[in-house]
Amino acid sequence: MADPETLATGADGRPAPLPAPPRRRLGRRQRQRLWRLAGYLVFTLVLLSVVAAADWDRLADSFLRLDIAGEMFPGAITVALRNTIVYTLLAFAFGLVLGLVLALMRLSSVGPYRWFATGYIELFRGLPALLVLFMVGYGVPLAFPDREIPGGVYGAVTVGLGATAAAYMAETIRAGIQAVPRGQLEAARTLGMSHARAMVSIVLPQAFRIVIPPLTNEIILLTKDTSLAYVLGVTATTIELTKFAGDALNTRVNPTPLVVAGLLYLAITLPLSQLVRWLERRAAKER
Amino acid sequence: MSAIEIRDLRKAFGTLEVLRGIDLSVETGEVVCVIGPSGSGKSTLLRCVNLLEEPSGGSVHVDGVEVTDPDCDIDAVRRRIGMVFQQFNLFGHLRVRENLTIAQRRVLRRSRAEAERIAAENLHRVGLAEKADAYPAQLSGGQQQRVAIARALAMDPRLMLFDEPTSALDPELVGEVLAVMRSLAAEGMTMLVVTHEMSFAREVASRVVFMDDGTVVESGPPEEVFGSPREARTREFLHRVLEPTRVSEAEIGVHTPFPSRRS
Repeated sequence: MADPETLATGADGRPAPLPAPPRRRLGRRQRQRLWRLAGYLVFTLVLLSVVAAADWDRLADSFLRLDIAGEMFPGAITVALRNTIVYTLLAFAFGLVLGLVLALMRLSSVGPYRWFATGYIELFRGLPALLVLFMVGYGVPLAFPDREIPGGVYGAVTVGLGATAAAYMAETIRAGIQAVPRGQLEAARTLGMSHARAMVSIVLPQAFRIVIPPLTNEIILLTKDTSLAYVLGVTATTIELTKFAGDALNTRVNPTPLVVAGLLYLAITLPLSQLVRWLERRAAKER
Repeated sequence: MSAIEIRDLRKAFGTLEVLRGIDLSVETGEVVCVIGPSGSGKSTLLRCVNLLEEPSGGSVHVDGVEVTDPDCDIDAVRRRIGMVFQQFNLFGHLRVRENLTIAQRRVLRRSRAEAERIAAENLHRVGLAEKADAYPAQLSGGQQQRVAIARALAMDPRLMLFDEPTSALDPELVGEVLAVMRSLAAEGMTMLVVTHEMSFAREVASRVVFMDDGTVVESGPPEEVFGSPREARTREFLHRVLEPTRVSEAEIGVHTPFPSRRS
């Protein structure tokens, strides 16, 4: 803090029309400015000390070895990134369809549908995605030895991650449906549409418009969750980014592959979050 | 056969009785205006005609079909009943033209060309032919309500229900909607109108129904109900609605000037 003596001017010494509040040596704005300055100072000091403490040559040697990074290509993109995207899209599609069905069940006038949907959502929102993946990958095959989820690892990831995503998306979609004014459904019914037709033609299109931003967020979360696929024992062709980078880390005993994988994840998620922001701005304008 | 035949209609929300035995019939070609204070059950009565509200008792026949019969195909009956809402309820994600064609195509199974031709005719009828490509949010309230009327008309309804069609409008936009309704009435459309527009009721209605507290208090030709109301409740309501600046302090229970704040 600066010395208060040197700053205590301005507010001092003016005639006070009311019984004076506890006298302050600094004006409100001056104090605010002082605190902000102190904050910047601390922030800069912390930053500088971290930068100074780091051994930059060692760091570059560990994390930024271009030769090791180069070896990862083209596999990092043609196999690992591709599989990450495929897992994400499959799980999202599965979750979206299941989530929509659950949302409609949750809003149904039929009690048992509502109870089932509520139970499912509470269950899968409460379980870690990793546990669900283990269940799908190892529990289900043990329980049904003569059946298997089609698509191998692809199928297992789709179901495992999609089942969890569906629980979240169901709640999002339900909120979207409920945000469509009741008059929309009434107007559609008045025109002779059945309940199902009114839902499909009138309510759901408007509901989805409302929930596009949160659903895009869900894709971002799913993109990162695909890193859990390794527990299913992925092979050279089904490997995704995190496992790919982990393998390279083990063989070269150097963390550069982690940086490469991180950048590739960001290459997916940063444009997506930009998209979310744009969609939210557009939605705000339409309202 | 009456266009609408309502007998001993009752509706309760929980313990709250909103309609306590309504008898009302609307003949083909008639324009019946329902007036009354808020909370008197006017809108509920209207919404019972096309079963947007499920009546608790009594019967409603529309064109001879009992809509209160549990086996009635309500979607088929609703096709013949146009309805216009206070809040317009246009489909916000669709253009004006699509607002008019979607039910024609999905419900009446008309071809796209036919649906669009009928949509254009009805937009022309409400004076908004040039707005076919606009989205509802781009229109004024009065224009939205006229589109809503055109949307209902595109289904070739046998009768039209209006639920306070001008109550959500800015005062200067009320006239254009009433003009459309007036021309509709002149064409012979059967109309049941819940409204606060007394001048419209007086001028256009073939019959005026005054409701209060879930019952029909009085009904008759507009010149009788407005000119020489029989019931005291009707007289009081009309006095308050038609001459709001003449409502005296004594009437509303204010006997002294407001006590001053000085203490």
